[in-house]
Amino acid sequence: MATKVHMEALSPTMEEGQVVKWLKSEGDTVSSGEVIAEIETDKATMELVARGDGTLRKILLQEGGTASVGEVIGVIAEEDEDIGDLDREAPTPSGDGEDEGPRAEAREEPQEGDEEAAVGKKVPAGTAAEEKDTSVDGRVKASPLARRLAEEGGVALSEVQGSGPGGRIVKSDIEAALEKGPPAPRARPDAEYEDVKLSQMRKAIAKRLVESIGPVPHFFLTVDVDMSRAVDARARVNARLEAEGKKVSYNDIVLKATALALRKHPECNAHWGGDHIRRFHRVDLGVAVAIDDGLITPIVRDADLKGMAEISEEVRELAGRARDKKLKPDEYTGATFSVSNLGMFGIEEFTAVINPPEAGILAVGALEERAVVVDGEVVVKPRMKMTMSCDHRVIDGAQGSRFLQTLTAILEEPLVALA
Amino acid sequence: MTRWSVAGNTKDGSSFDLIVVGGGPGGYVGAIRAAQLGMKVACVEADKLGGVCLNIGCIPTKALLTSALAVNQLAHASGHGIEVKDYTVSLGPAQERSRSVAKQLNRGVGGLFKKNKVTHIEGFGRLAGDGAVEVESEDGGKKTYRAGHILLATGSRPRSLPFLQIDGERIWSSDHALFQKEAPKSLGIVGAGAIGMEFADIFDAFGSEVTIIEALDRVLPVEDADVSAHVHKVFKKRGMRILAGARLKSSEPTDSGVRLVLNNSDGEEETLEFDRVLSAVGRLPNTEDLGLDEVGVAVGEDGSIEIDERMQTTVKGVYAVGDCAGGPLLAHKASHEGIVCVEHIAGEGHGGVDYRNIPACTYCHPEVASVGLTEEQAKEEGYDIEVGKFPWVGNGRALAAGDADGFIKVIRDRRYSEVLGAHIVGPHATELIAEFVVGRHLETTAEEMEKAIHPHPTLSEAVAEAALASLGRAIHI
Repeated sequence: MATKVHMEALSPTMEEGQVVKWLKSEGDTVSSGEVIAEIETDKATMELVARGDGTLRKILLQEGGTASVGEVIGVIAEEDEDIGDLDREAPTPSGDGEDEGPRAEAREEPQEGDEEAAVGKKVPAGTAAEEKDTSVDGRVKASPLARRLAEEGGVALSEVQGSGPGGRIVKSDIEAALEKGPPAPRARPDAEYEDVKLSQMRKAIAKRLVESIGPVPHFFLTVDVDMSRAVDARARVNARLEAEGKKVSYNDIVLKATALALRKHPECNAHWGGDHIRRFHRVDLGVAVAIDDGLITPIVRDADLKGMAEISEEVRELAGRARDKKLKPDEYTGATFSVSNLGMFGIEEFTAVINPPEAGILAVGALEERAVVVDGEVVVKPRMKMTMSCDHRVIDGAQGSRFLQTLTAILEEPLVALA
Repeated sequence: MTRWSVAGNTKDGSSFDLIVVGGGPGGYVGAIRAAQLGMKVACVEADKLGGVCLNIGCIPTKALLTSALAVNQLAHASGHGIEVKDYTVSLGPAQERSRSVAKQLNRGVGGLFKKNKVTHIEGFGRLAGDGAVEVESEDGGKKTYRAGHILLATGSRPRSLPFLQIDGERIWSSDHALFQKEAPKSLGIVGAGAIGMEFADIFDAFGSEVTIIEALDRVLPVEDADVSAHVHKVFKKRGMRILAGARLKSSEPTDSGVRLVLNNSDGEEETLEFDRVLSAVGRLPNTEDLGLDEVGVAVGEDGSIEIDERMQTTVKGVYAVGDCAGGPLLAHKASHEGIVCVEHIAGEGHGGVDYRNIPACTYCHPEVASVGLTEEQAKEEGYDIEVGKFPWVGNGRALAAGDADGFIKVIRDRRYSEVLGAHIVGPHATELIAEFVVGRHLETTAEEMEKAIHPHPTLSEAVAEAALASLGRAIHI
């Protein structure tokens, strides 16, 4: 009995996935539970395992191709088993992955039933080879002849506008497409811009940010913190840690301070739940990490209970795996509050967009020496600006301000934390 | 007000959105479709509604061919347990029947006009410039009508060769052949196209000694060569004489008939005498005396009106469809053009006429029908083809009907498996061809034609088998 390889939901929010790499080739023996492919989800690169024993008979979605969750991307079967028209279900090898419409429809279809029917049906061996042309996408309306022409001519039906009734693609449409030649490459070296393909993550970011800036009523609170003592404290702490081969960054200090302040202000350590506000007793800090084609917020769990060195090490480890896209879903979902730091880029101050359902995010700017007035005199001090974005549905101005007061106090006088 | 309307219809009923000149299958169908689309339509026809097709073409010949088939089937009556002794056949009653069929349909068109509120203007229509049509009635009276759009559908008439002048007495056109009450003892038929072959079938059945004279090298010269060869063989077996590749040189009347002089296929001169001769050498478009020159409608060398893909002539607002606008001279082509034309006028948009997918039918026995390219044409066009031929002897229903002569031939493009052409000779060929027409219209490949399940036992199974044959794997041969 053949086993279909489905695009599985490898993260809680995953709607479609991209095959990064097939770890098995057609003809390779696979056993149940064995990793056969790497799939890029909206969050990370995940491993897809075989759900049956046998030979990987057919790869239906090539590397780089995208498929909706549930679509069949391969077939595992006995070496000599007749897999009939199972190989006809190839999803559209959509490069841009933008045609959300048809996909959404596909998910509404009773997929399970369809599959059973297809598996159960005996198909003469000769059929598969002849019919593979119609496999491009069962939902594209095209005449059989147009499909044959498109296949031989290397024309993607999805890129052809049909001129027949109801947009049906007919022979002349393919002939016209062939005459026009292949589509021009999207980016020329001397072009003024480059179109970059949307990664799953970029799509997720867009979706999340739109969700955020739209329905989430933000407001922003900015403080300018004197970091003199924090700078001192960091130097002393690092001197001590040096023996152990460890050190802490200013960001680690901010994280720890934020975690401590949140513990004191649970109204800011909260989620908007639509019909409720959930305040957390634990402080799980999301730390925004920039990676090649986006950003991700791995979570330092119980940050308030961890030492700075421990936080530092954890952040480094998480960030490293985030860049390699090896994070597991539970390592980046469920933060109670987030911190984003662009200080290393010399950003003086900025506002960060809340990652719902979290109620707040702290945007940390660069630590820099600035002239400030202290007791009527202009002096130079290491200063750092922080802006907190608050979901007004959860946090009111005064609440956010009190939280920032506490945080500022900790950073300006680290010993306060022990108080 | 709709976009095709002329400004202000006058109260005397002389203004229309569309005036169709000619009430044949191009004109009356276009008129009805236009009325369906909401236009105020008039159709000018001097003769009977339905045109050549209904009155002196398609329909009455089919009535006569049905009679001819009945006569021929008597030969097989004993096999069905029917003893037929001392029977006589006479053309008269069959001819009368054919007239009553034509009359019934002719009245039918009138009924359709009433139902669709199409005004029938009796008389001969001419373009009078600037959206005007002048109609001359039988009594010579003239009246001018106006319309935003004018559709010419004036049809065609039999062609008369200079050395074979049609006189209606001894030398007939198809028009005359249809009205004969008796079959002549001997009949020479010049031209072995569809018309010639159908009359050969009729007159042979009713007792004439038939000789078919064709200038080209085979009967039904536009059909696939295999089909021509098969029909030739069957007609010869029925006792008809066929002279293909024969050039007619002259004709002259004799005491009781006509003497034809021709050069036969060997180049030798031959003199033949017949009681009657039927000239079936093609048709001419009716484009004279329509006022075309006066308003600037261009006419091609063959006399047909030049049209674009929307059937518009060189004059804006003047259209032409059917035989008067060029071949193939087929009623279904004319009707389709009529529909395409008025739908474009109405802004409905229409896929247009696929001239490569017009079926052709000849209703002699064996019946012949085809669509698309012949084997020869496909080769000429440079296709890499595979040809499948399924003989009717492999079909149970045909054998049961005692009509298993002939074959279905499918020409398939090897690369894309497009059905380039289909040719049927044999039982109900003219009905069965429609499946290939639909298949080709939907751009099916040979594989799809075969995969669609055909009912058993039917003649249609042979369609699927022929598709299979073109893939090299027919089951029942």
